Amino acid sequence: MTEAIAIDSVAQVAEGAAPALRVEGLTKTVSSADGDLTILRDVSFTAERGETLAVVGPSGAGKSTLLALLAGLDTPTSGSVTLDGVSLDGLDEDGRARVRAGRVGFVFQSFHLIPALTALENVMMPLELAGEANAREAARSIMDEVGLTPRLRHYPAQLSGGEKQRVAIARAFAARPAVLFADEPTGNLDRGTGERIEALLFQLNREHDATLVMVTHDETLAARCQRRLAIDGGELVSDSRG
Amino acid sequence: MRGIRFALNGLARELRAGELVVLMVALVIAVGSITAISFLTDRIGRAVERQATEVLAADLRLRSGRPLPADLMAQARSSGLQASEAMNFPSVAFVGETRALVNLKAVASGYPLRGQLRTAARLFADTEISQSIPEPGEAFADAPLLARLGADVGDIIEVGQLQLTVTRVLVYRPDQSPGFSGLAPTLLLNTADIERSGLIVEGSRVSYTQLFAGAPSDVDDFADALREQELEGVRIEDSANAGSQLSSAIDRAGRFLSLASLVSLILAAVAVAMASRRYAERRLDTAALMKTFGAEQRFILQVGVVHLLVVGIVASAIGTLLGFAAERGLSAILAGWLRGELPMPGWQPALPGFVTAIVLLGGFALPSLLRLGDTPPLRVLRHDMSPPPPGIWLTYGAAFAALGLLVWWAVRDTTLLVVIIGGTLLTGLVLFAAGRVLVSLLSRLRGNVGVSWRYGLANVARRGGDSAIQVVAFGLGLMVLLLLTLVRNDLLAGWRATIGDDAPNQFLINIQPDERESIATLFADAGWQDVEFVPLVRGRITAINGMLPDAWTFPSGEGRRRIGREINLSWSATLDPSNEVIAGEFWAPDYAGAPQVSVDREVAEEMGVTLGDTLGFNFAGETVTATITSLREIDWDSFKPNFFMVLSAPGMDALPQTYITSLYVPEDQGQVLLNMVRQHPSVSVIDIEAAIEQVRGIIDKASLAVQYVFVFTLAAGLVVLFAAIQSTLDERRYESAMLRTFGATRRTILAGILAEFSALGLLAGACAATGATVIGAIAARQLFDLEIAFNPVLWVVGLFAGMIMVGVSGTLAARSAADTPPVQTLRRL
Repeated sequence: MTEAIAIDSVAQVAEGAAPALRVEGLTKTVSSADGDLTILRDVSFTAERGETLAVVGPSGAGKSTLLALLAGLDTPTSGSVTLDGVSLDGLDEDGRARVRAGRVGFVFQSFHLIPALTALENVMMPLELAGEANAREAARSIMDEVGLTPRLRHYPAQLSGGEKQRVAIARAFAARPAVLFADEPTGNLDRGTGERIEALLFQLNREHDATLVMVTHDETLAARCQRRLAIDGGELVSDSRG
Repeated sequence: MRGIRFALNGLARELRAGELVVLMVALVIAVGSITAISFLTDRIGRAVERQATEVLAADLRLRSGRPLPADLMAQARSSGLQASEAMNFPSVAFVGETRALVNLKAVASGYPLRGQLRTAARLFADTEISQSIPEPGEAFADAPLLARLGADVGDIIEVGQLQLTVTRVLVYRPDQSPGFSGLAPTLLLNTADIERSGLIVEGSRVSYTQLFAGAPSDVDDFADALREQELEGVRIEDSANAGSQLSSAIDRAGRFLSLASLVSLILAAVAVAMASRRYAERRLDTAALMKTFGAEQRFILQVGVVHLLVVGIVASAIGTLLGFAAERGLSAILAGWLRGELPMPGWQPALPGFVTAIVLLGGFALPSLLRLGDTPPLRVLRHDMSPPPPGIWLTYGAAFAALGLLVWWAVRDTTLLVVIIGGTLLTGLVLFAAGRVLVSLLSRLRGNVGVSWRYGLANVARRGGDSAIQVVAFGLGLMVLLLLTLVRNDLLAGWRATIGDDAPNQFLINIQPDERESIATLFADAGWQDVEFVPLVRGRITAINGMLPDAWTFPSGEGRRRIGREINLSWSATLDPSNEVIAGEFWAPDYAGAPQVSVDREVAEEMGVTLGDTLGFNFAGETVTATITSLREIDWDSFKPNFFMVLSAPGMDALPQTYITSLYVPEDQGQVLLNMVRQHPSVSVIDIEAAIEQVRGIIDKASLAVQYVFVFTLAAGLVVLFAAIQSTLDERRYESAMLRTFGATRRTILAGILAEFSALGLLAGACAATGATVIGAIAARQLFDLEIAFNPVLWVVGLFAGMIMVGVSGTLAARSAADTPPVQTLRRL
């Protein structure tokens, strides 16, 4: 059944013209000891291909929850998400994973590199998952783009914070995703390194023509994006273009 | 396919992480211990198979306790068959004043009709095929006999009135048992010498055989004709049934050893479960990340299963090689019992090893792995998100199913299976509870010790459950080894001590009625008064309560077997003091009525008979029917001649009978016995001391073999320790980094680790020593009816061995926590 939905959705993509992200009435409620708690309420927006969006707001506003829902890592209580023309509605865990494969890239605040893998192997992972035949070559080439050719065989523990994030960026772009999600990508880095990482992120985004959705606290970073979605108390309070 | 490729690409990296290596080592040990035994039984099985056609030294063999009709040989020859004959019986052989109990085998020309005799010109010389049997006046002696007599080829061995020159060393005869040999060594001589030996008289325990060989159809026809004759007391054996009996005996021995290897299997299973739990936990983040990048549940599972399969296959291969090598050691230990060269094993023994590995993985590793598939991808954003723990039914159900399957494979017996699984559960629970109690007791000590010990003891207490498992895993192996070494010796020594110094040390059997007087005189001259000669008759039970034994329902197989063979009985007017009547009443000394019989309680139970039942006996044609009027308990430790069945005296003198006696012969008076044997060659003397030594030799060898198997158990205990340490290594690194940041030296941290594992080892040792003491005491009471004294050596050895083994190996395994520079650890976080 899920297979059928996915194939159906793929057919929609083939028709083209679908926006990179379409979000309608997205709401997330969780039950807690104090009763039901609405973390996200009725969020709707659309992101076009190649667009860059910053999601800003205070801690606990629901930014990370929104990111998780957009990427299909979590399911909404109500509302819908259409990713690269494919609706995530009603898809199970595996169905959503299939949608993500080769379509979505991620950059995390704490890098999330696999410690047992070398830098190159970390970048190869999404390519191998997407069934790319020349995973090693493709990974090498993108590692070259982020300037880490001398670090191919290093393990994450042997890399500096900035280097780790560059590996993470290389990994995110390796499978040429349509949408790239970034969660506080410079949150763990010093200012200078953070700026270099930002530059790299935007440059690669341009070159790969991906839609960038970035959660951040950093107003300067947000200002570099074309659009700024402000969330507060789980609600989308403003949607402005820079 | 993609999953398989991805899994294989990543395998080397996973192996570097370590859990899969621990998993593999645990499997290697399990597979090694199982295949070592499989290889051994396979080789013995092949020896049996190779010999099956010659195990009778003929195609057809007749065997009887009485001389066989001579015309059968002529009859066979006229039907175109080859025929030969042989007889064997126990006797005493001398070289000078050294004597040894020997199995005399007298053979006629033509022997063996199938297979070949292999002999050597001297001890340890090359083996050659002998074309002929010993000439009259000559003998072939096997190496154990020559060793016991301190003789070699060329020496003269005396048996009865014969003086035989040893011309060859007997290496192999086809009709020796190819698996485990009997007690007495063999002396092969020519039947032509028997008549003048004076060894065989009325009532001697001789086994007469006639051998036949020829074209299969001729042999079958002849066998059919013999069966039609229904010869009384004659067993007709053909090579098919002889071979299958041997195989089943060897199968039983193999199953017993497999049972010993089960303990290492169970420990290996624990290590597999621990290592795979850790493997799954460490892969949670990777699984979440892979899902984020689009991997499906099936893909994640596929990767894990491929890893397990590869590990299983590689471990089976290495384990099989290890088992193959270990079998060499095992067959070397059992060398004295394994006659002749064993053929090379086939590949089949590798199969149980492979199955073991796969079943262990399926039962103990897969449940943790299945959980990995349920990892929520959201974990990449919220680290507290974990998959639900695997269901209790799945985890324990799979483990028990796997264990049940393996135990059943080893024992092939449902009752035993239930007993073992139940026993394992119970023992495991008791040991685990004991481990927890010990661990909590230990942790109370930590207020009174230095900083390193406090740190170490705190670690033992904090990981209470895991610590208890390690204590049990090690304690179990150690306990068995203590039992097999120290407690076994204590038991034998304790039993030996209960036998009085003047308890009989020699048994004399086969004394003819007319020899009684002269032997009694001989002994009286030596100052040995009151030597009691007990009559012995041999007969069969032919009726129970007037029914044929075939129609009787026996409660046990043992009871049925007793009926099938000739048994030794005695009669007496009085009850020997070494007997105690526990039911009914023993007849009065002047009893003159109808025959009564007093039966050993245990035998009566096996046969399903009780007071008031009647037994019909046949003594060489004479029938006697007696009523059971009493049941007895026999004190066998008295070393007096005793019988399961004793008849009332009147009328029994008429039966063909011999006498037996037992007496204490002081060491310096051995000459008297020697003179007696020279004058009465048909009397066999059994040296009890030597027999005890022989039994002790057998027990030593058997326990050495079992100990050898239990070395695998210790190794499995070590793997459990390593698995447990590995699962705590990250935590240890973190603690060590913290402590070092706050100024602890590497030395302090190492001392803490050493303290932790020494304490664990001490607990394991305490567990082992307690277990060994308790089991030893129970065994002493049950087997020998004695109390064994507390043995402090057991405790010293147990505690030290535990402390040193666990302390050293644990410290070595956890050392890297202290060695990793703190900055590296903190940076990793």
